Amino acid sequence: MLWENTVTEITALISNIQKYSIHDGPGIRTTVFFKGCPLLCAWCHNPETQVFNAEIKWQGDKCIGCLSCVAACPKQAISAAADGVAIDPELCGVCGACANICPSLAMELLGKSYTPKQLYAEIIKDALFYQQSGGGVTLSGGEPLSHDAFALALLQRLKADGIHTAVDTAGFVPWRVFEQLDPYIDLYLYDIKHLDSDIHEQYTRVPNQPILDNLQKLSQLAREIWLRIPLIPGVNDDPGHIRRIGELARRLGLREIYLLPYHRMAAAKYARLQLPYTLGALEEPQQQQLEELADILSATGANAHIGG
Amino acid sequence: MRTVCGAGAVQRETTRVLGMNERIQKQRAESVGTMPTLSIERALLITEAYKQWQGKVSIPVLRAKSFYHLMTHKALPILEGELIVGERGPAPQAAPTYPELCCHSPEDFDVIDQREKIFFQVTPETKRTHVEQIIPFWQGKSMRDLMLAQMTPEWRDAYESGIFTEFMEQRAPGHTVMDGKIYERGFLDFKEDIAAELAKLDYVHDMDAYDKQQALLSFDIACDAIIAYAHRYRDALREAAAAASDAKRRAELEKMADICDWVPAHAPRTFHEALQMYWFVHLGVISELNTWDAFNPGKLDQHLYPFYKRELEAGTLTREQAKELLESFWIKFNNQPAPPKVGITLQESGTYTDFCNINIGGVAKDGSDGVNDVSYLLLEVIEDMRILQPSTNVQISRKNPDKFVIEAARVIREGMGFPSVFNTDTVIEQLLRQGKSIEDARQGGTSGCVEVGCFGKESYILTGYFNTVKILDLTLHNGVDTRTGKQLGLKTGDARDFKSWDELMDAFKKQIAYFIDVDIRGNNIIETLFSQLMPAPFMSVIIDDCIKKARDYNNGGARYHSRYIQFVGLGSITDSFSSIKKHVFDDKTMTMDQLLKAIDADFEGYEKERQIFLNKTPKYGNDDDEADSLIRGMFEIIYELVNGRPTPTGGTYRVEMLPTTCHVWFGKVTGAMPDGRKAGVALSEGISPVQGADKNGPTAVIKSAAKLDHQRTGGALLNQKFTPGVLAGETGLAGLKDLIRTYFRMDGQHIQFNVVDSDMLRDAQKHPENYNDLIVRVAGYSDYFNNLTPALQDEIILRTEQQGF
Repeated sequence: MLWENTVTEITALISNIQKYSIHDGPGIRTTVFFKGCPLLCAWCHNPETQVFNAEIKWQGDKCIGCLSCVAACPKQAISAAADGVAIDPELCGVCGACANICPSLAMELLGKSYTPKQLYAEIIKDALFYQQSGGGVTLSGGEPLSHDAFALALLQRLKADGIHTAVDTAGFVPWRVFEQLDPYIDLYLYDIKHLDSDIHEQYTRVPNQPILDNLQKLSQLAREIWLRIPLIPGVNDDPGHIRRIGELARRLGLREIYLLPYHRMAAAKYARLQLPYTLGALEEPQQQQLEELADILSATGANAHIGG
Repeated sequence: MRTVCGAGAVQRETTRVLGMNERIQKQRAESVGTMPTLSIERALLITEAYKQWQGKVSIPVLRAKSFYHLMTHKALPILEGELIVGERGPAPQAAPTYPELCCHSPEDFDVIDQREKIFFQVTPETKRTHVEQIIPFWQGKSMRDLMLAQMTPEWRDAYESGIFTEFMEQRAPGHTVMDGKIYERGFLDFKEDIAAELAKLDYVHDMDAYDKQQALLSFDIACDAIIAYAHRYRDALREAAAAASDAKRRAELEKMADICDWVPAHAPRTFHEALQMYWFVHLGVISELNTWDAFNPGKLDQHLYPFYKRELEAGTLTREQAKELLESFWIKFNNQPAPPKVGITLQESGTYTDFCNINIGGVAKDGSDGVNDVSYLLLEVIEDMRILQPSTNVQISRKNPDKFVIEAARVIREGMGFPSVFNTDTVIEQLLRQGKSIEDARQGGTSGCVEVGCFGKESYILTGYFNTVKILDLTLHNGVDTRTGKQLGLKTGDARDFKSWDELMDAFKKQIAYFIDVDIRGNNIIETLFSQLMPAPFMSVIIDDCIKKARDYNNGGARYHSRYIQFVGLGSITDSFSSIKKHVFDDKTMTMDQLLKAIDADFEGYEKERQIFLNKTPKYGNDDDEADSLIRGMFEIIYELVNGRPTPTGGTYRVEMLPTTCHVWFGKVTGAMPDGRKAGVALSEGISPVQGADKNGPTAVIKSAAKLDHQRTGGALLNQKFTPGVLAGETGLAGLKDLIRTYFRMDGQHIQFNVVDSDMLRDAQKHPENYNDLIVRVAGYSDYFNNLTPALQDEIILRTEQQGF
């Protein structure tokens, strides 16, 4: 059936498979980070998952200068340079041959191609941990629902094994994707970034209406939704704004709301990826502020949680 | 919509009451702040006894009379505010010597006094007494002298070059644990048992009758000795009471005197008596001989619970009083540093701890859930005390409630390395497989680091550590020790000529079989010498079935008898084999010659090869079947060569996977290896992955470790290091609980956790003065970070930090 047919045809680029995730849904989970996202949030904590294609990154501090990559590259895109090697982006086909040979892991391929079957084989290794803890799998990213055909095949297979499934989504996908995948999703971790569409677009490059529309419909369909608010100082942490989210949740009958405080740890990732991080130097929210905001949410009837 | 409480969190109960009272705080400060010293008291008393009795009575009776002399003459310190009395030495932290086992040289005393770590202050007076009175009597006669004289050149070479260590080199066989019998019967009862067996002896038809008689007589004297010791304390306490100005303390001292009048002669009647009863037994065992390893009360919560329940119901004891008594009891353990070691024996076990590892939880005798209120009370005591000794572990059965696991996790999160965590269900399976009855197995547990045994009924001796990685080193160099150029092992051929993986494995098997035989030959002689020359009559009284068999503990008197060889470096050797297999034999991307050149150069000029070994090779600890199948193969080789072999006094050799601190010593003497490890660096410990080789988080480590057949070992140590952030909140605790539970569903035997961050440890290296209280899990035990050698500190820092996700 579908499973056997799809496994060889569909692939997705995965940036990371994180085992022992305990903050992405209930219990011990494996969180799979898909590459590519229709949003481009200024605070994104996983910048390596923003673009949909694979990327090659070279980290000079790990390079031992053996030049294995120069020899391995089929397109002669890599050459020796004063401080190690240089990659010609015009020539590079992102085939990963250099990352494959690099002994010291200086050359890194961001985005490894998996079929659903290959990914399932990796996920299922921790099945006993899921069973013991009431955990399961969380598809994250990037936007996992942008890989809907792949996600469908994988989620169907996981549900056939009785494994709890969660999807961490920004909600910016066509409604039909939710309709199609929902039977195989136990829990949505649904991000709400800003209720004001202009501000939303300013910081994420997309308007929020499709996201809110999807959420409203999903609240009638889904078994369970936890709202997650990445709390960005000066962007969306105004108490009035947080109260509005709480009221929205109440209207939709959603109780669980998680405040995910901004942290600076992603700055190192941006530096490694040689990407600019415009929000790299904000103050991290204080515990007292977090508790006040949680109280505001609780007042609207929500179960407010601080952290994932 | 269903509401879910994040990660199945368990609500925290608020019944816990933390904090030591003032009296305990003072005692603790005193215990922790006292400098360890070396005491000559015991050496003098034992020497006096030997001078008086040696040659005039049988050896068992000589040993018993020496013990009696010691217990009737040793000093009787009564410390301010304490509620349990008795010290091994004349004062807290005063460690005796055991010249009949190991007669130190004057230079040894200097080293012990002056070394930077694990030192004992030796006064000039002590040293002079030792030189003038102890050495002249014992030189050439100690067990160490006698056994070393019997060892072959092959044994000496292997020992000195770091193939294996020998536990009995400076210590006596010990390794057993108390069961519940001393809470039901006193030493007067044991004397009756002994008298009954004496009366049964048939000197006409039983050709062993005389030996049995002498053994039984020695046991009887040992009973008298411990009762006499307690009665001396009774008198001393009454004197102290009479002199006490404070009425409250006077009443306490009088009560303590009454307790010493009653126990250990009789079975204890109260919680307080039960603790003092055990403590007298403990002192008996560790004063009689330097059993080094791990004598402890075993399932303390289960032993104490009947007293606790009865007295709480009767209103004669409050929970606070019980806790105060337990904390006073804890301090007694901490007052007894492990007697000084020197040389290789110090290297393998560089710590003050004497490995008293109290079991909490698990199952009861009838197989039911053994967790009770005292179990939770003990967890509070551990968290309060933050003290080096005693070690503690929780025994987790599938029958135990999650609440118990969560409460244990809460203490683990504090980062002391206590308690370590055992799978009781697997421990029982291990014991059953060894042929024990189900009742005995349920009353068993774990002690020392991770060793399984039937408490009160088994002698389970560790013989020594065995360096598996050095065997590969020798195999790759045709039996030559690259450090010395000496032909240490067999000539199994130039590794460059091995045509296949199988040829390499054949050579390796020949080398390891050869050295295991060298080791066991030595062990057998040592066991025989101890059985003939160094009986342990006091230990024999309390371990079944020494009285019934009229045979000494050191002569096969215990009901069960196991002798372990502890294999070290499993992760290191697995990853080394993995490199050879992949790069030389499977992918053929490297020749054996290239590989040897790289390791022989300690990777100088071969960084590329080292990086390939480190990063482009399947590694144990990542749930990778390719690498994990190699560790399984290694285990089978070891198991086949060792398990089931007989020992001279009727025991059985068995296999264990634990290192104490020996992975550091073995690493020092082992050359660079194809796992990317440079020469001299510590090996992996227990069944933990090579430090830093595990890249997929704790679930993958657990999956890999569980692929070993734990049930066929006598213990398999797995170490995991977490930063505090990973365990934060109830979610963190629930995660830890489920990691443990899942490992145990897969029959994992043991797991322990270090909860620290590396920045803090680095800072502690720089500013030790700020970290006097920092306790870290080493390997099967915890130690103060400041007590560790810099190499061991580095190694702890290196161990994989499981990051929070």
